[in-house]
Amino acid sequence: MTSVPAEYGLILAALLFAIGLAGVLARRNIIFILLSIEIMLNAAGLAFISAGSKWGQADGQVMFIFILVMAAAEVSVGLAIVLQLFHRIRTVNSDEANTMRG
Amino acid sequence: MLDYLWLIPALPFAGFIILAVIGARIPRPVAAAIGAGSVGISALVALSIAAAFITTPPHGHVYTQLLWGWISVGGFKPDIALTIDALSLVMVLVIAGVGFMIHLYSTESMAGEKEGYSRFFAYMNLFVGSMLTLVLADNLLLLYLGWEGVGLCSYLLIGFWYKDPANGRAAMKAFIVTRVGDTSMAVGLFIIYHNLGTLQIHEVLVRAAQQWPAGSTLAIAAAALLLGGAVGKSAQLPLQTWLPDAMAGPTPVSALIHAATMVTAGVYLIARTHVLFTLAPQVQLAVAVIGAATLLLAGISALTQWDIKRALAYSTMSQIGYMFLALGVGAWSAAIFHFMVHAFFKALLFLSAGVVIDALHHERDMFKMGGLRLQLPLAFWCFLIGAASLSALPLITAGFYSKDLILWETWTSASGGPWLWAAGLAGALLTSIYAFRMVFLTFYGKPHSEAPRQIANHSGLRIRIPLITLAVLSLIGGFVQLPETLGNLPLFSEFITTALPATVAMSSTSFEGTMQYFSGSVSLFGVFIAYIFFLYNPLYARNFVEKPFGYALHCFLYGGWNFDRLYDALFVRPFVLAARANKRDVIDLLYRLIALLHIVSNHLLSAAQSGLVRRYAFGLAIGAVIIIGMVVLR
Repeated sequence: MTSVPAEYGLILAALLFAIGLAGVLARRNIIFILLSIEIMLNAAGLAFISAGSKWGQADGQVMFIFILVMAAAEVSVGLAIVLQLFHRIRTVNSDEANTMRG
Repeated sequence: MLDYLWLIPALPFAGFIILAVIGARIPRPVAAAIGAGSVGISALVALSIAAAFITTPPHGHVYTQLLWGWISVGGFKPDIALTIDALSLVMVLVIAGVGFMIHLYSTESMAGEKEGYSRFFAYMNLFVGSMLTLVLADNLLLLYLGWEGVGLCSYLLIGFWYKDPANGRAAMKAFIVTRVGDTSMAVGLFIIYHNLGTLQIHEVLVRAAQQWPAGSTLAIAAAALLLGGAVGKSAQLPLQTWLPDAMAGPTPVSALIHAATMVTAGVYLIARTHVLFTLAPQVQLAVAVIGAATLLLAGISALTQWDIKRALAYSTMSQIGYMFLALGVGAWSAAIFHFMVHAFFKALLFLSAGVVIDALHHERDMFKMGGLRLQLPLAFWCFLIGAASLSALPLITAGFYSKDLILWETWTSASGGPWLWAAGLAGALLTSIYAFRMVFLTFYGKPHSEAPRQIANHSGLRIRIPLITLAVLSLIGGFVQLPETLGNLPLFSEFITTALPATVAMSSTSFEGTMQYFSGSVSLFGVFIAYIFFLYNPLYARNFVEKPFGYALHCFLYGGWNFDRLYDALFVRPFVLAARANKRDVIDLLYRLIALLHIVSNHLLSAAQSGLVRRYAFGLAIGAVIIIGMVVLR
């Protein structure tokens, strides 16, 4: 079984991260922002996995599991916030939630 | 007995604290008892200390009581310590004794006040405490504390009837004008401490005598700056303008603060630091000249006043001028003697004037009085005795002995001379003219048509006792110092010379007798002139004043030689103009710039708070890129 070179994994991770970041910055819909954050997290996880397989270390996978758990927690908290936000301002447009403007 | 020295200033202070804290909630008789009682007990303690001091004098005729250390910064260690010697003792006796008499008088005369009865006694007690601190202070810093304390009380009591803005203005004027002198004195203290390394009075005098040769610049500077302070407090030229306006306060205040005690603080200061003045003969001569000029100037102004209290105020200036004259020619004990006698008769004059003013329902215009000697016999006799003592009528009054001593020592002293003596003698003539002008206008002649019909004459015991006591003292107070020609009993000056140097004089007794006849007849002549112009034929004076020149002269003199206008044009108006021109303070520009910077950066930062989550995320991303970039590319 031929292994995929670690560089490919890292490049893919970087691309995914860039896509996620672009999503976070470009999207107004807060659900999509959350989804984009998930993509970024997974990109980070992929980078760990790739690095771990390259050096033959288990730490990368440990970190991935850690990220997975954190992502689950984040999503639950994030969705709760989204629900509350929708309750308050009747929209999921993040730009509308700007009452903290200075 | 001397161990109880601290009680003398502590009792009035305690009275002040009690009255200040619970004064509004206690009945008036209690407030009066605390106010007058604290000073009374203080006077009793002072008397017994005086007895102990005289019968068994302490070593070197000085007793010092260290209470506690005040400040200790490096080598700067002034203590809260009290010193008593002959000079302090005389001052303390007069302050506490006359102070008690005036407090007693006030308990009755202030009873008509609707508001502020206990406030009055609180201020008065604070004043007496501060004044006693001033004269008992062992170092110049504590003296300065008392000095400022009496200034504060003077301000508070001049503006006692604060609802009239004019009184507030008079209070501020007194405070600000004396502040000029106080600043000069503070600078003098800096010079003394900087060059002599101590403020302890005895030490200062010893070191000054050792380190500063006579006539050296430092001695002259220190003495001149202290003289500035003395001039301000004692209302001498050129800082005399505040005293006539200070009469806005209640009459007991004028009697206590602006006649008997506080205004003589300058005399005390000069006597206390006499070594500095001896080291600076020019400054000492200046003291004499200032005194002579003030006594003439104020004496002439007193001739034109219609307000009985203002006339007495000018008279006070004039009499303190005598004390300065005496200090200036080195007649130390004569100055202190005149201080004591002056405190008696001037307090008496003010208090009996107060009786008259109260009886006429706050009428202070002498031209609206007249013929009061039958309605107010007690006030008349007391005022007459006071005026006689003030004009130094020969032999029977105390004022004769003190003023005669000053004139004689001015003539004979090495630094005095005929010119200063002539000024003093002219002042004596003026004094007896204006003193008896007051007597004739107020108590003789026909009652004025506009005078209130109802004369409220109900002087109780608490007014009579102080008046009679002070009247007796104004008559016999001079017998403690009889000149060589009349009994030769110099008890007072012998006592004072334990603290101050004796006068350097070239004496010839036969000549002194001639001089006494001379000055005595000058006083009597003054009374005669006053009789001619103000009682026998008042038209003489009136016709003169109605001519244009006479009127202008009258206005000029009435306004105290227009010093107020001069200072207004020289200092007040330029200051106000400068203040107006500089309304937007130049120095404030710097601070406004700092404020502006903060406002601008606030706007910038608050613009960053857009409330848009995506923008925050963008900021985070950029920040992360920059930091990671810095780490990677390092």
